[in-house]
Amino acid sequence: MSTTTAAPDTPAAAPKAETPWRRFAAEFAESKLALLGLGVFVLIALIAIFAPWLAPQNPYDLAQLDIMDGRLEPGTRNGMDTFTYWLGTDDQGRDMLSGIMYGLRISLLVGAGSAIIACAVGASLGLLAAYAGGRTDTVIMRLVDLQLSFPTILAALMILAFLGKGVFNVVIALVIVEWAYYARTVRGTALVERRREYIEAAQCLALPTRRVIFRHLLPNCMPPLIVVGTMQIARAIALEATLSFLGLGVPITEPSLGLLISNGYEYMLSGRYWISFYPGIALLVTIVSINLVGDQLRDVLNPRLKK
Amino acid sequence: MIRRARAATVAAVLALTPGLAGAAWAQNLTMAVGAQVTSLDPHYHALSPNFAVATMLFDTLTRLDENARLQPGLAESWKPVEPTIWEFKLRPGVKFHNGNDFAAEDVAFTVDRVPNVPNSPSSYGIYTRAIERVELVDPLTVRFHTRAPYPLLPTDLAQVAMLDRQTHENATTEGFNAGTLAIGTGPFRYVSFRSGDRLELQRNDDYWGEKPHWEKVSYRILANDASRTAALLAGDVDFIDQVPTSDLNNLRRSDRVHLAERDGLRIIFLALDHQHPEGSPLITDAQGRKLSVNPLRDMRVRRALSLAIDRPAIAARVMEGTAKPSGQFLPTSAFGAIPDLEAPATDAEAAKKLLAEAGYPDGFRITLSGPNDRYINDSRIIQAIGQMWTRIGVRTTVDAQPWTTFVARAGRFELSAFLVGWSSSSGEASNPLRSLVATYDRDKGFGTSNRGRYSNPAMDAKLEEALRELDDGRREALLRDATRMAMEDVGIIPIHLQKNVWAMRPTLTHNSRTDELTRAQDVRPAASN
Amino acid sequence: MSVYLLRRLLQSALVMLAMSVIVFVGVYAIGDPVEILISPDADQMERERAIQALGLDLPLWQQYLSFLANALRGDLGRSFVFNEPALQLILQRMPATLELAFGAMFLALLVGLPLGLYAGLKPNSTGSKVIMAGSILGFSLPTFWVGLMLIMVFAVQLGWLPSTGRGPTVEVLGLRWSFLTWDGLRHLAMPALNLALFKISLVIRLTRAGVRETMLMDYVKFARAKGLTNNRVTYVHVFKNILIPVVTVVGLELGSTIAFSVVTESVFAWPGMGKLIIDSINVLDRPVIVAYLMIIVLMFITINLVVDLAYSALDPRVRLENK
Repeated sequence: MSTTTAAPDTPAAAPKAETPWRRFAAEFAESKLALLGLGVFVLIALIAIFAPWLAPQNPYDLAQLDIMDGRLEPGTRNGMDTFTYWLGTDDQGRDMLSGIMYGLRISLLVGAGSAIIACAVGASLGLLAAYAGGRTDTVIMRLVDLQLSFPTILAALMILAFLGKGVFNVVIALVIVEWAYYARTVRGTALVERRREYIEAAQCLALPTRRVIFRHLLPNCMPPLIVVGTMQIARAIALEATLSFLGLGVPITEPSLGLLISNGYEYMLSGRYWISFYPGIALLVTIVSINLVGDQLRDVLNPRLKK
Repeated sequence: MIRRARAATVAAVLALTPGLAGAAWAQNLTMAVGAQVTSLDPHYHALSPNFAVATMLFDTLTRLDENARLQPGLAESWKPVEPTIWEFKLRPGVKFHNGNDFAAEDVAFTVDRVPNVPNSPSSYGIYTRAIERVELVDPLTVRFHTRAPYPLLPTDLAQVAMLDRQTHENATTEGFNAGTLAIGTGPFRYVSFRSGDRLELQRNDDYWGEKPHWEKVSYRILANDASRTAALLAGDVDFIDQVPTSDLNNLRRSDRVHLAERDGLRIIFLALDHQHPEGSPLITDAQGRKLSVNPLRDMRVRRALSLAIDRPAIAARVMEGTAKPSGQFLPTSAFGAIPDLEAPATDAEAAKKLLAEAGYPDGFRITLSGPNDRYINDSRIIQAIGQMWTRIGVRTTVDAQPWTTFVARAGRFELSAFLVGWSSSSGEASNPLRSLVATYDRDKGFGTSNRGRYSNPAMDAKLEEALRELDDGRREALLRDATRMAMEDVGIIPIHLQKNVWAMRPTLTHNSRTDELTRAQDVRPAASN
Repeated sequence: MSVYLLRRLLQSALVMLAMSVIVFVGVYAIGDPVEILISPDADQMERERAIQALGLDLPLWQQYLSFLANALRGDLGRSFVFNEPALQLILQRMPATLELAFGAMFLALLVGLPLGLYAGLKPNSTGSKVIMAGSILGFSLPTFWVGLMLIMVFAVQLGWLPSTGRGPTVEVLGLRWSFLTWDGLRHLAMPALNLALFKISLVIRLTRAGVRETMLMDYVKFARAKGLTNNRVTYVHVFKNILIPVVTVVGLELGSTIAFSVVTESVFAWPGMGKLIIDSINVLDRPVIVAYLMIIVLMFITINLVVDLAYSALDPRVRLENK
């Protein structure tokens, strides 16, 4: 319906043959920066997916690590002279390049996985609250209040204490602490939107409730959802890093980027910058590329910004 | 910002640091410590950071010096007059900060209060429990009657801060924290205390012993390692403890910071599961199938695991030189330690042979657990050991958890092999033997931290004999025998003794203590003053 | 309106009750505080004495009921670690956290609003591209890492600001505040900036998004058509409209800033509630954890209520209803 509402404003701006998807792609490509972000993100995702075939070392296999190779500077050959530590090694003799490749897998999995699940859960509940109102709204919003009043780190600590460390458990913890943001955001927007004429029109047409919510209300709640969503992916990855910094998060033998950074964090002052620095760069590039894409998506998807 | 981070090595940082030390601060000392001080009540919570603070405000009858040897404190001398009676002669002319005299009745009052502090999560009562009653002979003589002969009483009393009967009648912990009751005989007086932040002290000019150099002391709590080092480098504090090992390399080479290093009494070791004969929870065979026996109950396996560990490599690479590989609980010089027992030499081949002999030619799989927030580099040490064990065929998974989670699991006997540490509060061998390897016995108070439930009845007998022996020479020989028995049986696997490192402005010196305490009276201006 | 308020308060009380149960059970499940607090030298008898002294020998439901009974009288229990009333411990540290959080929010609005407005009004200028790129960096960097970088640059390398801790305090209204002294402000600067970084980016993005949307609205076009000055259009019509989402988020974020200042407080050794709660979690000091959460929940509920009220005041389309 969003395209329908926008239609009067865009008289014949687009050629007839254009599909909505093509127009979307064309609008997205208007920003070179966003394209660059997309390219970098695809590259990163490929590296993450194919890490086991690309990395010179399996950083999770203790048998492949040698503590005597610990904290070597970038560019040093390894003890058995079979490959070069291009980005140096950490305190356990873990090749930082391999560590980063594997770490990307975990960070992306945790960040994207938790954001997608939390968004699905949160947005549905937020829409339901706004649309149904009354008791449903009250119950859901009190639940949101309950959730938002629970400090993330404490919630994560408790959940991880129940479940133990692990990638999957971190995702669960992040979903539990993040869904409420989506719910609140969507509800706020939906409260305004549901009073607009097009919803009333849809209701007058006696369309099924589900259709009104998901086809009419949801698209118009997308802009703030995407703003929040992009931030939450970044936030999820950073939060996972923080959890690792506090000693929770993922297990130390399977480090994410965040854990690699916090492992190297205490070496920063002593000049062994590479242990923390390169994973930090990888994390930054990843998040920035995600955000560049998200930024442009927001502009493109926002029906109210259509000229 | 990022490029700067890269350039900002300690060397560069030090070169830019404004001139350290100045005459203006000569009488003031700002220290930053890593551990939380939870209370100023010297009997509320038995914890070494609290005790360090207690020994600045209060005094004990006996005290342990920097080498953990017993010295006179508020008592000038002591001797057993009968096997179950110790007589202590008190120091005359000692006054509390409020002018009250210290006398025998204060000792009786203190011994009475210690086990009865309300809500205490960890009481100092364990140090006074042996005392059945206190007899006041005259104002400067007290006799402690014990239920059984108890040679360790003078050592135990080094942990008990003396209070004033008059001032501290019905004293509450809040009263101490608020300062109104933080009145002792110690070298410093209370000025202010902000829990979790800082304690301000002032010199006690009427102190009976050697007066501290500092007129004012600010004792700050900075739990974050990097912040603590940064605070010293930025000149915000003059002195820090628990210097992170990662900063040592650069700080050692620097002439802007002076380091004090001292071998400590804390042993880092691996406890092994002896509890489950029919298979340990986190051990499987090489293919991942459950085992019907517990390989750790076989001494050859335990020895193999010990021989596989390259202790010098851990000390050099993981600990950056702040650890001393060890083959027993205490430094070789300590009372009851075996002078010629060194750390076992690494021998992976012998280890593999022992495993084969024990029936594990292909090794087995094990999870090595440990805390990640309790001991220096704890999670790094278990990863390094994991590498070494994997190399002899014992495929190791490493599991590092926060102490809270870890200790709960260890307490439920869910672990197979795990790293823990132990600091001997008495500085002699009966303490670790009794707590760590003696067979668990609730009533005797044996094996209280024996979380692997190792048991060796012959060693228990030796230890019990030693604990009754009042003669120092004979007791030491018995303790050495007991230590040897536990170590030859590899009841636990000792890794190393931690070294403690303090860092300060180059104009200061520190009389470093082997028991890790950080106190203002141990810091003085360097020799030029 | 008063019915609405009453309703909200009742619901809030229920939320707090639920929270206290969850926390009680949660902390109980993590582990035994005595294992952490007790001296390693203690034997089994001493352990049992300590368990009894802390009231941990009773069944969980009994512990909870006695907590509840005391809580209704305003007593949230005594800290296991400090042996002081938990509430008092937290209130003592609250000013430190409040001034940190408000400092951060103030910085976020001070920096974020003008930058966001500029970026929204001139979306294609180089300046606004730099601002947007900066805002992406702002929430891409992990807080603890930025904290250490700030210390390294401004305290250790340049020596401009003190590295850690809180400055001298002045007593106002019975509480100790440090932002009233110059040295106190110098101590506050870095932690507040560290905490604000994320919020600045947030405010920039929200403001920009709001401005861009609002500028296309009919009433703005109409206002322009009416011949109102550009400034008047921007600052009255546009600004008033974008304030809605910004107010919502800033209001919500203030609460979370207070609750989540944990990391900043531990990096900068800032003696606030956040540091207290992390320390308390590490030693499973349940009375403090529960009391802290009760206070945070109360704070959130208040903030949410205020935000909702402000919302209805700012946007007449949203009405509080007594359904």
